Amino acid sequence: MTRKQRRLYFVVLGLLALGAAVGLVLNALGDDMVYFYTPSQLQAKHVPPGRRVRIGGLVEQGSVMKAGSTVTFRITDNTAVLPTTYTGILPDLFREGQGVVAEGKIGTDGVLHASEILAKHDEKYMPKEVADALKKSGQWQGGKK
Amino acid sequence: MIAEFGHFALILALAVAVVQAVVPLVGATRGNPAWMAVSGPASAAQFLCVAIAFGALIHANVTSDFSLLNVAQNSHTLKPMLYKVAGTWGNHEGSLLLWITILALFGLAVTIAGRNLPPGLKARALAVQAMIAIGFLLFILFTSNPFQRLDPPPIEGNGLNPLLQDPGLAFHPPMLYLGYVGFSMAFSFAVAALIEGRVDAAWARWVRPWTLAAWIFLTCGIAAGSWWAYYTLGWGGWWYWDPTENASFMPWLAGTALLHSAVVVEKRDALKSWTILLAIVAFGFSLLGTFLVRSGVLTSVHAFATDPARGAFILLLLMVMVGGSFTLYAVRAPALKPGGLFAPLSREGSLLLNNVLMATGAGTVLLGTLYPLIADALNMGKISVGAPFFNSVFLPLMVPMVIAMGAGPLLAWKRGDLAGALGRLKFAFGLAVAAAAGTWILQGGSAGPWWAAGGIGLAAWLLVSTATELAGRIRLFQAPLGEAVTRARRLPRATWGMLLAHAGVAVVILGMTGSAAWKSESVQNQRIGQTVTVAGYGFTLESVKSVPGPNYTASRATFEVSHDGRPFAVMTPERRQFVMPPRPATDAAIRGTLAGDLYAVVGEPAGDGVWVTRLYFNPMIPWMWIGAAMLVAGGLVSLSDRRHRIGAPARARAATAAATAAKA
Repeated sequence: MTRKQRRLYFVVLGLLALGAAVGLVLNALGDDMVYFYTPSQLQAKHVPPGRRVRIGGLVEQGSVMKAGSTVTFRITDNTAVLPTTYTGILPDLFREGQGVVAEGKIGTDGVLHASEILAKHDEKYMPKEVADALKKSGQWQGGKK
Repeated sequence: MIAEFGHFALILALAVAVVQAVVPLVGATRGNPAWMAVSGPASAAQFLCVAIAFGALIHANVTSDFSLLNVAQNSHTLKPMLYKVAGTWGNHEGSLLLWITILALFGLAVTIAGRNLPPGLKARALAVQAMIAIGFLLFILFTSNPFQRLDPPPIEGNGLNPLLQDPGLAFHPPMLYLGYVGFSMAFSFAVAALIEGRVDAAWARWVRPWTLAAWIFLTCGIAAGSWWAYYTLGWGGWWYWDPTENASFMPWLAGTALLHSAVVVEKRDALKSWTILLAIVAFGFSLLGTFLVRSGVLTSVHAFATDPARGAFILLLLMVMVGGSFTLYAVRAPALKPGGLFAPLSREGSLLLNNVLMATGAGTVLLGTLYPLIADALNMGKISVGAPFFNSVFLPLMVPMVIAMGAGPLLAWKRGDLAGALGRLKFAFGLAVAAAAGTWILQGGSAGPWWAAGGIGLAAWLLVSTATELAGRIRLFQAPLGEAVTRARRLPRATWGMLLAHAGVAVVILGMTGSAAWKSESVQNQRIGQTVTVAGYGFTLESVKSVPGPNYTASRATFEVSHDGRPFAVMTPERRQFVMPPRPATDAAIRGTLAGDLYAVVGEPAGDGVWVTRLYFNPMIPWMWIGAAMLVAGGLVSLSDRRHRIGAPARARAATAAATAAKA
């Protein structure tokens, strides 16, 4: 095998792997990307029901209701609210008035059916996405340091 | 006073690092042995200074010296001693100091273990090490000084995040850092080789043990982190494709590729510039991981600091080191003597395939990790890239790799006989198909996920083909048993290590597939005395009692677990309320069996005598830990190979050996 052939083999192998990766990435980027919205952004966006989204905001005071292991609450960014339901154990840091990120699908009833509630960040901090979004809408000026 | 001493030692370390970076490098260029020899004592002094600083910080944490800002923010007098010590590196400043300490430790190790290294290479490599140290020392002294005083000192500290108060924390970060920083050795040797303009088999032989050691630590660190996530987060998951997990996984992928390509350089004197590139990339990923975790640009449990100045500094450091070494590579790599030729169907060809797939895999993980940052910067909206992306992109790339992993070791160097290898693999192929079909039938056809059969089949393929390779090497069943035993004894330890590690990967795949495919989960409000059945195990909630801990009070639930009508185990998960910071944490109860883990979590009370409980049966999880242990054991066995232990032979001898090998 000559040097040229060997180089060709190198290039072909690399291109094949790269092509496969690009194909897989393009295929995944469409379906597996999850967009992050605040409740008011969601209202403005008209997300089709059934698409996975991530919603961040604060758990509205007095909105948490538990029925069995199903919890319903409202996520607010102080402009709009989004009713949410979730079945399972809530993260340890979940509480009213605190930041939360919920991932799930919006039902035809306009309720977020969350399959995942994230509150695993440090209590000192807001979830970064939530803090950014709330700062942008002027609802929250807090922030450490 | 001790803290000031530590601070002073750090400044001194910076001065020593400057000397270590400049003098040996100039000496190597001018061929001045005395100047080159400075690298040895300098690296020892460097380690001494940094170790003093690290010791001072541990002392401050152990004695709860709250006049230090760092200690006041992260410690508490009630914290158990183990976490006072481990808490030293449970925060941004302390973890950076650990990083530098390990870097200095590796520098010292080169000085001690590398006596037979050519002086020029050694001097240059240690100088490059010192340059990395300068960057990090500047970073710690200017933006993250752990010895900053607080006036007036508070009476009590803020305490450590309860999630981090865990034995896993005590060992996971040091392991991970030993891995990350260990790749700095390969990096320094690569840059030194680029400056020298010479890469040969002897070079690869020096780099391999360091890379292997780093890889072992990184593997341990990733497995420990995964185990930690599995039992402290209380969700029964062990990998979330979280940015910080990816941050440790990317260097692992690049490091694994580097390990394999260094073999090709050593045995066949080929793939030289590619190996150099991988060494740079592996350490680049380590730096990137440090940046991602430390800068707080991505949300994560590990993100301690969200100070933009620190993020900018690390980014600058990353750009200088990676950018600088890539530029050096671009200038010098073409000057490297091109290596030997080889056929695609050969051992080195299959190792190359492994490299290409590993590198592509690392690239897709990189893309998925950084995509949210890129999208945010380009105002494309806030996006999160989660497990579905990685599962549908990364896993398909690993399928051909595992297939090649089975066949590769059976191919000979230079020109492999694919037909012969495939002939020997008929048995492995048959068993893999049988395993896949058996899995399909056992899980009730499409009642389980379709990929479960594929995963089990792949694991069987890899396991049996690795066994086939071993049997072939020792001529098991072909020669008398006695001869097979003799051959097995004479097999190089590096070969044993490879076989063990490959089998370990097969076992890990078994565990991953099983736990992802057939998990049983039940979430409910459970009354005291009520029994809930999960996967044939009956969980009876006996009681929930309040139990005091050192710095928390716990609600401890007691589950009587029965199986087939007989008592099987008692499990006691806890929900802990910490005093400082006042925060709850979950302590899951896990009872492992070879078939899988029973996993119980107790949540909040839901009325009188009723608690929210979450009960899981996680099948085959222990196989993942067993497989990871086999990977680490494989690495250790390979590291103990005589050739590494005695150290690399002199260059001339190696060159003769390589020439003989090429002739043979």
